[in-house]
Amino acid sequence: MNDPVVLITATLVLAGGTFAFRLAGPFLRSRITFPPRAERLIEVSTVVLLASLVATTALTEGHGPAGVARPAGVLAAGLLAWRKVPFLGVVLAAAAVTAVLRLLGIP
Amino acid sequence: MLFILLNVHSIWRTLDRALLRDISLVCVAVGVVGLSYGAIAVASGFPLWFPVVLGLTVLAASSEFLFVGIVAAGGSPVAAVLAGLLVNARHLPFGLAAPDVLGRGWHRLLGTHLMNDETVVFALAQEGMPRKRAAYWACGLGILVCWPLGAFTGGLIGSVMDDTDALGLDAMFPAILLALIVPAFRDRDRRRAGLAGAAVALAATPFLPTGLPVLLALTGLSVTAVREKAHR
Repeated sequence: MNDPVVLITATLVLAGGTFAFRLAGPFLRSRITFPPRAERLIEVSTVVLLASLVATTALTEGHGPAGVARPAGVLAAGLLAWRKVPFLGVVLAAAAVTAVLRLLGIP
Repeated sequence: MLFILLNVHSIWRTLDRALLRDISLVCVAVGVVGLSYGAIAVASGFPLWFPVVLGLTVLAASSEFLFVGIVAAGGSPVAAVLAGLLVNARHLPFGLAAPDVLGRGWHRLLGTHLMNDETVVFALAQEGMPRKRAAYWACGLGILVCWPLGAFTGGLIGSVMDDTDALGLDAMFPAILLALIVPAFRDRDRRRAGLAGAAVALAATPFLPTGLPVLLALTGLSVTAVREKAHR
């Protein structure tokens, strides 16, 4: 994991590919008009990707469940975000709830 | 350099105090999540420079967490890069949705690099082009500084402490993503599609390599597609 050649190559490919995705949107938009239905699906797909990323990073570790403390912290964060608490409060609450539960011996 | 300074000055004049406060809070939150990213990366065995350089050049948190997580769990770097690219594919629809705020000339290269979950959401929420542009750039430049800085500080924490889990740092990343999608979840159709996708990803996690379940989640879109067909 510490081989610098592997790490630098990985960084270049990930950074270059990500930049290409960022370039592609404005480039396509100036040349193609998407039907409204496709635009809506494109927009919803970002929500779907982010939601599944939340679910897998909050609830799973490797191929198994992540225990109780982390999901509880993320759940608390979700409730605060729903009540329109600012980002910083939401993020700190997630860590605090998770840390306190672990301190109490809950994994 | 002078050009950037002039640009920052005009951003400063265009933004009002309330918007500037919101943007600063998001940048600080991003910096705090950066702490957890840097700490987790270094505690799982990466050298200190790596999360900082990856953060600065990729500038997309989820793919960086995913990369570090997959390699730390024993996955191959190739799989980790592919998973990161898959997750970052969402920047294409972001670019389709974003208003024309990226700038001109060489300036546009930096503007393109600053495109991410937070900057697009902030730009879309403003009225009028000057405000959209100012919000996009202020948020983007703030994140460009806060994210790698947070990763570096977190990396220092991770190098003196083995058990970053005790601080609950691993809960911060899903928390900020959740905070970003909560406004979209107030809409019923998006909530259904999002929940369906999340269920698919969870069901697939025990069986598929990390990164793939998130893509398989796009089948959750069929909920929206079928409903729209039924409407017609």
